[in-house]
Amino acid sequence: MNPMNVIIIGAGTAGCEAAYRLAKAGFTVELVEKECTPGGNLNNWFQLFPDRKQASALRQLLQQQVEHPSIRLHTDTVPVKIERQDARHYAMELDNGARLEGNALLVTTGFRTFDASRKEEYGYGIYENVITSVELENYFANRQILTSTGKRPERIGLIQCVGSRDEKMCNFHCSKVCCITAVKQAMELRELLPDAEILCFYMDMRMFGPGYEEMYREAQEKYNIKFVRGRLSEASENQAKQVVVKCEDTLVGKPMRMTLDLMVLMVGMEASDGSRWVAKELQLPLAPNGFIQPGDPHYATNRTAVEGVFVAGCATSPMNLTDTLTDARSAALAIGEFLNGNEHYN
Amino acid sequence: MNNIWGFTISSARVIDYDKNDRSFAQYMTDTVPSSQLCIGCGGCTATCTAGALTDFNIRKLQMLVKRGENREAGEQMHKCMLCGKCLLVCPRGVDTRRMIFAMLKYIDNQKL
Ligand code: SF4
Ligand code: SF4
Ligand code: SF4
Repeated sequence: MNPMNVIIIGAGTAGCEAAYRLAKAGFTVELVEKECTPGGNLNNWFQLFPDRKQASALRQLLQQQVEHPSIRLHTDTVPVKIERQDARHYAMELDNGARLEGNALLVTTGFRTFDASRKEEYGYGIYENVITSVELENYFANRQILTSTGKRPERIGLIQCVGSRDEKMCNFHCSKVCCITAVKQAMELRELLPDAEILCFYMDMRMFGPGYEEMYREAQEKYNIKFVRGRLSEASENQAKQVVVKCEDTLVGKPMRMTLDLMVLMVGMEASDGSRWVAKELQLPLAPNGFIQPGDPHYATNRTAVEGVFVAGCATSPMNLTDTLTDARSAALAIGEFLNGNEHYN
Repeated sequence: MNNIWGFTISSARVIDYDKNDRSFAQYMTDTVPSSQLCIGCGGCTATCTAGALTDFNIRKLQMLVKRGENREAGEQMHKCMLCGKCLLVCPRGVDTRRMIFAMLKYIDNQKL
């Protein structure tokens, strides 16, 4: 009998990890990726929290894993049509003309980062010295932080919750990882700029993961990072191309104004375009935040409302890398049980 | 300001971080490094002996210093009774009493 085949859409962290686990469990995998290399959003990252591991180390591991002989990787292509004949038979057409068949479908279409120019009052794309957290990772990769005027920044502000927890941006949800990303990036900035003043502007410090609160503490104590509780209301640019920001320091109870040489926006996560497309194509219900709704928040986190269609990673909600990897393994297990007909939860 | 028109212009309430003198804040960081660890939880204020009887707020006070609002901090400082209760509750191990001592000493020297 031919081994059963699983189609996975998206070769980011979740897709690669699930593909490898399924391959090791004896299934064959068709792994579809829109970019020319696997890795997804991980490809934009320099160092990971909480251990400051190089992102490239994890990326290489995932790329090695998908070289498994049972995995067929289709890069630089997206599905244009998905047909669900029944719970155990799927046909997918790709934009390069290929046609794939599978016995289960796994959606690992990840997230997209919030388009910071939508938050107009912060001036991204208008003021020269406003960048996003993703762009800052790029600066780290080049080991150089300069302002648009070629200066070493003396005061840097990291602005949390950009595009998250903001009804005006139609995003009620918390993106979960940007608090710890701000702490990590503030520490990396300190290492490159020992004399700069570095401030994080936050509403809450959501240090949910193991080692995160400890890292926050370390950032305060050893890295002299300052934390201001208050949401930025607006920013403007002065003649020296610095950014003048306004917020309330809610722990003092007064409005505050200050000039920054560089402002970094911690952009949140939104459902990716791929997730939206797949959800529409397969009629998968979406959660109010736009991410794909899992079957049950406790027992069926990797299933969807459509039998045979599974989901893992940031397609369902913002997640850190640890949880994404775990979720991918859990999805591989759930798919294995489904295909072998020994599901535990029905 | 002379007040012949029956009204005055109040001074701006906004914290002007660029202009404020933050050498007091720097002194506090240098002499009591644990003051950097405050997360603004308010445990100290809730238990504070002076705060129970006056509008003294130890949590807010150190924040004022950190933002360079020294004059306002200086006006409040003497209300602390140095009982040390705040020290016992702080979840971040901020040495609040030493911090207050350091602040009083600085204020004394600077005549804030
Ligand atoms: S993780 Fe932090 S910065 Fe990100 S949305 Fe949630 S509270 Fe805001
Ligand atoms: S030492 Fe001062 S601030 Fe602390 S509890 Fe006593 S009176 Fe309040
Ligand atoms: S109890 Fe400690 S952490 Fe909480 S506000 Fe007071 S000094 Fe800060």
